[in-house]
Amino acid sequence: MRPSRAARLVGATGPVPSAHSTPVSLTEESTDTWDVLKARLAGDYAVDDFGFDPQFTDRVLMQLVRPLYRHWFRVQVSGIESIPSDSGALVVANHSGTIAFDSVMTQVAVHDEHPAHRNLRMLGANLVFQTPFLGDLARRAGHTLACHEDAERLLSSGEIVGVWPEGFKGIGKPFAERYRLQRFGRGGFVSAAVRTKTPIIPTAIVGAEEIYPMIADASVIARVLGLPYFPITPTFPALGALGLVPLPSKWLIHFDDPIQTDHLPEGAADDPAVLFEITDQVRERIQRTLYDLLAERGGVFG
Amino acid sequence: MGVIAAVTGVSRYLGGKTAAWLVDQPGIDRVIGLDVVPPPAPLACEFVRVDIRDQGISELLERSNVDTVVHMGVIATPRQAGGRSVMKDINVIGTMQLLAACQRVASIRHLVVKSTAAVYGAGPKDPALITEDTVPQHPPTSGWAKDSVEVEQYVRGFARRRPDVRVCTFRFANIVGPGMRTGMTAYLTMPVVPTVMGFDPRMQFVHEDDAVEVSRRAVLQRTSGTFNVAGRGTIVLSQVLQMLGRPAVPLPAGLLPAFGRSLSRGSWADFSRDQIRYLRSGRVLDTSAVAAELGFTGVYSTRQALEAFAQAVHRA
Repeated sequence: MRPSRAARLVGATGPVPSAHSTPVSLTEESTDTWDVLKARLAGDYAVDDFGFDPQFTDRVLMQLVRPLYRHWFRVQVSGIESIPSDSGALVVANHSGTIAFDSVMTQVAVHDEHPAHRNLRMLGANLVFQTPFLGDLARRAGHTLACHEDAERLLSSGEIVGVWPEGFKGIGKPFAERYRLQRFGRGGFVSAAVRTKTPIIPTAIVGAEEIYPMIADASVIARVLGLPYFPITPTFPALGALGLVPLPSKWLIHFDDPIQTDHLPEGAADDPAVLFEITDQVRERIQRTLYDLLAERGGVFG
Repeated sequence: MGVIAAVTGVSRYLGGKTAAWLVDQPGIDRVIGLDVVPPPAPLACEFVRVDIRDQGISELLERSNVDTVVHMGVIATPRQAGGRSVMKDINVIGTMQLLAACQRVASIRHLVVKSTAAVYGAGPKDPALITEDTVPQHPPTSGWAKDSVEVEQYVRGFARRRPDVRVCTFRFANIVGPGMRTGMTAYLTMPVVPTVMGFDPRMQFVHEDDAVEVSRRAVLQRTSGTFNVAGRGTIVLSQVLQMLGRPAVPLPAGLLPAFGRSLSRGSWADFSRDQIRYLRSGRVLDTSAVAAELGFTGVYSTRQALEAFAQAVHRA
């Protein structure tokens, strides 16, 4: 049973039916994707103020990566109940893997595994938004600039926001340092959560470290290309485009119990001591969960 | 005693319309339209041909006992003014002189200024929604946008020197409608529209009637403060061009100014550095302040404002 086209357009900002919740035949699913694409070509759709296009994200972008999620990385999710159904929360996760597949997989996990099919609104570096095509795609998928204005606006309007506070230090670290959390910036994400009184959900992702094991960083090439790093892996650039195929590691994602911030006194968001303490707590929880998940996983390829 | 209002820039479209909407309003006794050139069509209010860059302006305000000045005289396109240097002269020097005159005239109680959201600039380091307090990360460097930044600076200076005058500044998103002609409308109605490859900027539009209405309310309610004004909702450039039935020609950012200028020969289309930045990153305004202070949300959403514009374009 498919909603009418008009109903789907009206519902553009509400929860979007997912492949998990409504079992549909293969042909119907593909027609739906086709309809969404046709509406995009005709300009007949709505984006929110951040440029988020929920239908395009669900029916086209996520549809492209779902095979990777289900069959290649075989992502196993636990603790999804930590994410609230109808209010805001800040998902804070470890970052790794040379290319940010971990954030994409987390977005699929939050949307497809959560009963309310929440959209994960990620915060990205300004480098993302000044890059042609990439910045555009990121906005369409619901991501926005990592700045306190956007974080607080999304959280206070009840969205699930995702941050990867290690940034390029995490994603571009050598393979030898896998599963060792890097420094967490200035903890700006904590102050956004405290100011909006939303819970922080420490999230550990195991599996992304092994998709492109970075054995060296060609920093000269990186500088020439204006990139934060240029990875050398066992297969890239040696095997050319084939080296871009990620290794099929087994993934586990765990959303840990929320850290509440609504009991903190007024002004806590500007108190560095409070912010550092919560930042440490989040970091420590993610690190501990990473070790637990690694033990649980056993072999790299499951 | 009701308001005696002077409106600058009445010989251009929005100024003339604003003056017309103030005439015969309850609470408004008299509306005087000012401009340096005569209006293209008869005005609904009285008209005085005066250059706001002249000394005569303060005498005129004094003599007529004007208490409200609505400054709509900032020009957005060099073509309208007759060249960039004349335009800068009218915008910046004109505003300075007008404010100096207002400062001397004791009867002035209220000043309403039309500005533009272009004062925020545009770029990848800006938050997704711009509030009136957002510190611009990519301030404008040239043209009309920079003129407007300077105009706002003079207005703030005036507000400090005359704390008894209530000052209201509107930062409008792109104003469109059946009659508005701006650099943006010239750009959007090019036969083929050059865009920046790999970027589909978020945009907002405000209908000309809503822009006039918010100015009218400000006059009647004696509002003070700085407010963003835009139609509800956000649209991306590719949707705008689809609505207008204009094919987009994506070009690398570096090539756009040269190509754009050669394609748009003879039109007002703007391909300045600031405009190219806007065509990459776009800009969306938080309009909650004007809704709270003036109870204004506009009749037209961003999409409806564009539809009205598209209809006028298709008719022509």
